[in-house]
Amino acid sequence: MTLTEETVTAGTTADGTFVAPGQPGSLVDVKPRYENFVGGHWVPPVKGNYMKNISPVTGQPFTEVARSTAEDVELALDAAHAAKDAWGEASLPERAAVLNAIADAIEANLTMLAVAESWENGKPVRETLAADIPLAIDHFRYFAGATRSLEGRSTEIDKDTVAYHFHEPLGVVGQIIPFNFPLLMAAWKIAPALAAGNCTVVKPASPTPWSILKLAEVIQDVVPPGVINIVTGPGGEIGKALASSPRIAKIGFTGETTTGRLIMQYAAENLIPSTVELGGKSPNVFFADVMDEDDEFLDKAIEGLVLYAFNKGEVCTCPSRALVQESIYEKFMARCLDRIRKITQGNPLDPTTMIGAQNSAQQLEKIEGYVDIGRQEGAEVLIGGERTDLDGALKNGYYYEPTVLKGNNGMRVFQEEIFGPVLAVTTFSDEADAVRIANDTLYGLGAGVWTRNGNLAYRMGRAIKAGRVWTNCYHLYPAGAAFGGYKISGVGRENHQMMLEHYSQTKNLLVSYSTKPLGFF
Amino acid sequence: MDESGTDTHGAVARVVATPAALEAIAQLIAERGPIMFFQSGGCCDGSMPMCFADGEFVIGSHDVRLGEVGGSPFYIDARQFNVWKHTQLILDVSMGEPEGFSLAAGEGRHFIIRSKVFNADDQTVLNSG
Repeated sequence: MTLTEETVTAGTTADGTFVAPGQPGSLVDVKPRYENFVGGHWVPPVKGNYMKNISPVTGQPFTEVARSTAEDVELALDAAHAAKDAWGEASLPERAAVLNAIADAIEANLTMLAVAESWENGKPVRETLAADIPLAIDHFRYFAGATRSLEGRSTEIDKDTVAYHFHEPLGVVGQIIPFNFPLLMAAWKIAPALAAGNCTVVKPASPTPWSILKLAEVIQDVVPPGVINIVTGPGGEIGKALASSPRIAKIGFTGETTTGRLIMQYAAENLIPSTVELGGKSPNVFFADVMDEDDEFLDKAIEGLVLYAFNKGEVCTCPSRALVQESIYEKFMARCLDRIRKITQGNPLDPTTMIGAQNSAQQLEKIEGYVDIGRQEGAEVLIGGERTDLDGALKNGYYYEPTVLKGNNGMRVFQEEIFGPVLAVTTFSDEADAVRIANDTLYGLGAGVWTRNGNLAYRMGRAIKAGRVWTNCYHLYPAGAAFGGYKISGVGRENHQMMLEHYSQTKNLLVSYSTKPLGFF
Repeated sequence: MDESGTDTHGAVARVVATPAALEAIAQLIAERGPIMFFQSGGCCDGSMPMCFADGEFVIGSHDVRLGEVGGSPFYIDARQFNVWKHTQLILDVSMGEPEGFSLAAGEGRHFIIRSKVFNADDQTVLNSG
């Protein structure tokens, strides 16, 4: 091949846009309907009902998935319980081999899954190709490694008495996945649960059940039957049935605060542990010294602000509050707004598209509502602020302009997660002011700090009450970096080998090697 | 209460419902018995009003009862109330399935919240109450 030769990637049209799933020439097959994945088989829902699955790219339904009921959750729990003893006793090399095989199978289908997820979620395929799917692959490999290094501990209490601590699987766990990263969030939950020897029943988000079922098609031959089970349907029906079931030993959830509280309430009723990740309103703090030079670092900082538009703002850790030091505000924001103007919006399956479609009509309407509140509160719209009208097949998709609102931290647009490409920007005077504004929020999931001064960066990072403070970077999600919330952003952590503890029981064997009686009786 | 933003006594209400929401509430109550609302926040479908069978969601000692819509109680977390209290919540209905664990507002529809920033007169009345 020479540089002048025209090359067309498989599954794309001549301009490089991926062919929509289900269309002739697409990398992605679409069946008319999908059943639940239970016990290694495709099982129709007991009551025989299905629901349409809509692509936010076009606003049109493209397939159907099971509209399951509590009976289907029971079937999945039956399959998981049938598999749990064998999987729980599988050796660490066996567990690791399965996790690595899952990673390999996903990698062999990377582009297909990236196109499928883009089509179902609305996110740009350049993100799923470069981030979502590669990170999901790496996540399974990370936990394959972690499970091989899983060690118990022993303590010599005295010369003849030893306390041994073993990790034992919890058994069967329930996991509820959000719609914003349908595959990566599934990987974040499934990989550690399996690595610790558990079987899982997964409920995908109601708007994004299909890409996980495509994932199941890819991995079904390498996962022992019943170890992973997937049941689709409405949260109020099957989410509740799963979370409140006395047959699960732990529940993991990512979503909003009210359902988070319900999950913990159900867990309390059954006396089981829960992990809940409930979102944030993450501050992204830019100190004046980022503009000391006009260099690569400044360029990185500008991109760091614009990352609020990553995944169209549908990220729990979206850097949706920018705090810019007063002395550079005008100059810095001019550079950032210039970059925002260059964001190309359109068909998510076009690899040059930077911002795609919001996940649902509900989300789009919510974003509009928030921008309306912001205007009522007196926020100034610096850019955007309207739906994006696209032509042709995209006309009925859910597109919103990258938007920036200038205001103050007391406004609701600074206090509540909009889950859209809407940045709220304000200024601060000095370090103390930056800490005050950054922490003036109910949430504490993520934060960003940008400065050329390492001491300042460290002090800020420690002062901000959030589970993760990106320092001179943002939106990196490597396996091995713990992720989770302070304050009402949730309870628990993900994305780190400490998860093996969270998905295990601790068994203590307290052994006496002495023959002497205690002498009490 | 009605969309004018006042209750039956003409007082300023913190939460009101549109005719479509009132109709959906009446329908739900007729079908399943009493219901309740809790204002959510945070990730994903945060900011959505969650509708449950009455008593399904345990109200804590730090939750605020904002009022009633169609005879059903409407609550919010006190910390969230503190940053939302300058706005009136208007319960409405829109197309699309609900997310989270919320009940639907009729087949293929969900409850949503629209908001209105209270004016100075409203604030005076609210503060005096």
